[in-house]
Amino acid sequence: MDPGQFFASSRILIVAGKGGVGKTAASAGLALAAARTGRTVLVVEVAGRLGSAPMFDVDPQGYDEQTVYDDPDRGQVRCRSITPDAALVEWLSNHGFARIVRRMSRSGLLEIVATATPGIKELLVLGQIKHLEQSRAADLIVVDAPAAGHALNFLKAPLAVRNTARTGVLRRQATETLEMLGDSQRCRALLVTIAEETPIKELVETAFAVEDEVGLALGPVVVNGLLPSIESLDTASELDPSEFGASEHALSAGEISDLITAADFRRDRLSLQDDQLASLAQQLPLAQIRLPQLFTTSVGLAELETLADAASASIEAIKLLAD
Amino acid sequence: MTRTPPISTPPSNYGDLVARKRVIVACGTGGVGKTTMAAATAVAAARAGRRAVVVTIDPAKRLADALGIDALGNTPTVIDGAWTGTLGAMMLDSKATFDDVVTRHATSKEQVEHIFSNRFYVNVSTELPGTQDYMAVEKLNELHCSGDWDLVVVDTPPTRDALAFFEAPKLLTRLLNNTIYKLLISPRPGVRQAVNRAASGVVRRLARVVGAEVVDDAIEFFQTFQGMEEGFKKRADETLSLLASDDTAFVLVASPRSDTIAEALYFLNRLADADLSVLAVVANRMLAALSASGDEAAQLQARLGAGPLAGAAQALVDHVHASAGDEDRISQIMAHVPDATLTKVPLLSSDVHDISALGDIAELLVQDPL
Repeated sequence: MDPGQFFASSRILIVAGKGGVGKTAASAGLALAAARTGRTVLVVEVAGRLGSAPMFDVDPQGYDEQTVYDDPDRGQVRCRSITPDAALVEWLSNHGFARIVRRMSRSGLLEIVATATPGIKELLVLGQIKHLEQSRAADLIVVDAPAAGHALNFLKAPLAVRNTARTGVLRRQATETLEMLGDSQRCRALLVTIAEETPIKELVETAFAVEDEVGLALGPVVVNGLLPSIESLDTASELDPSEFGASEHALSAGEISDLITAADFRRDRLSLQDDQLASLAQQLPLAQIRLPQLFTTSVGLAELETLADAASASIEAIKLLAD
Repeated sequence: MTRTPPISTPPSNYGDLVARKRVIVACGTGGVGKTTMAAATAVAAARAGRRAVVVTIDPAKRLADALGIDALGNTPTVIDGAWTGTLGAMMLDSKATFDDVVTRHATSKEQVEHIFSNRFYVNVSTELPGTQDYMAVEKLNELHCSGDWDLVVVDTPPTRDALAFFEAPKLLTRLLNNTIYKLLISPRPGVRQAVNRAASGVVRRLARVVGAEVVDDAIEFFQTFQGMEEGFKKRADETLSLLASDDTAFVLVASPRSDTIAEALYFLNRLADADLSVLAVVANRMLAALSASGDEAAQLQARLGAGPLAGAAQALVDHVHASAGDEDRISQIMAHVPDATLTKVPLLSSDVHDISALGDIAELLVQDPL
């Protein structure tokens, strides 16, 4: 599938996964890959960490929208943050409580409202994203969703609110948000994992819950942090160390031991990785976007280009998106 | 088992903590192996002859199986193994613990029934952010006070905010202390009427946007909790002083992935803001260090060229590079907590799936640092 066609298939991509799988880097890499197809892309961070801008080598300016990548020949990436607390305050301000919302916060009333209607804050974040989508704030919106078990709570929030609030404005908000989540032309979830047992198990559970309960269409699974494979790793352990020490390369005992350790370790990790990728494909019959492990201390634009290249290559190998 | 005196100076190694503390709280972000390290810490203590119990939160199934625990019961299971002490393990059932807390503080059976049937209470006990932290701390205190255990190790829920654990015991008292609640249950009828008139405007408007039944449930919740505030407050104070005492150690579990390091640093900054410190850092999932430096590996790769060892040379270059990155990231953490002891646990080839694998990690935790 052409990446341009892929990034045009839905207006919102919700990137979700547990902590420690590199969700923010994956979101930023996908946003860059989308921008390269000539689009304007808006990355919305929900966790409030402002982690995206530094990955584009730009200092974060706070929660407001800022441009982090702008290439006249390609496209543009902007990012902004929407926090659950701020979403609740803003919503109440727009619904007749503008003058007293601060006092409500101080007196603890906001906390009571949030407790009385579990999921309200997350719903309102999704509501703001819906607003951004409807006002065509960008060609594509990439949502860096909250981590851990929270990903599912986040996506199920409209259901939770609809079950609690049987009347009122809030219920309508929940219904409209569910409509957005259920329409694959508007919204699709990309679940991120690494090729390890526990994260994969959680991803599979989340995938079924998201599809069955929320009705959200799943895009390809993003497998992050993959070790590149290497040819002929076996030769190191097969060769006789004494022979090699005397050969033209004159390897020292320490060098031989390092080479064998590194080759054995890499082979073990690669074989484990292959097993996990196969197990993921077997449990969840979805296309996979495979992103490489970055051997660098931090992620900057150069690393994002690598991720975007890998994402585009994976997308080109996809035949058809499921609805 | 005799009690050992607490230590107030930083421990020289992890074994010291395991041998002498009464409470160890394993904190850190999700996905770093926090639950596994908490369990291994309890195993290490049992091997040192102590009666140790670990409270896990949502453990991976294999780890739960390895420990022989399930969600039933909400009390520790004693696990047999090759140790001189006692090992207990349990999985926290947050809702059941909350119900226990309410039952303990309630003034009558009717009050308990009323509270349990209120939907706002169900939300508080299952969905409110911080509830799981609150219940983990409650369980910790309960086990600590039972006298059955020398050491209680607690895993913490995956949260971004390190202080959630300290805020948690105040969760219910904060809710019960807020102005609206006080107004609603004010014992003076004159005041109540005046206040109700003023408050009812806001409440009516709220009911319009969030739904009337939601507001009714909340008001009923506060009415049913009458008379229990003092008990909750006293308990919260006790729990907080246990957490702040020298009996308790906070251990940060981290892994050297760059995204989790950013979270760990955020975590430590929040702790430092509150004048709290971690006594130990467990760096999990570290790559084994090799003898070659980055330059040496690159030179070796150049020397070997495209020969039969080219693959091994590439693996070596990548490994040395990645391992240096690990060390670099962990030293960023240690720069924030220079007094803490550092213990490294290597990247293992599979998830922990039996008790002997946990014993191996326990051994790594307490061995003398290099």
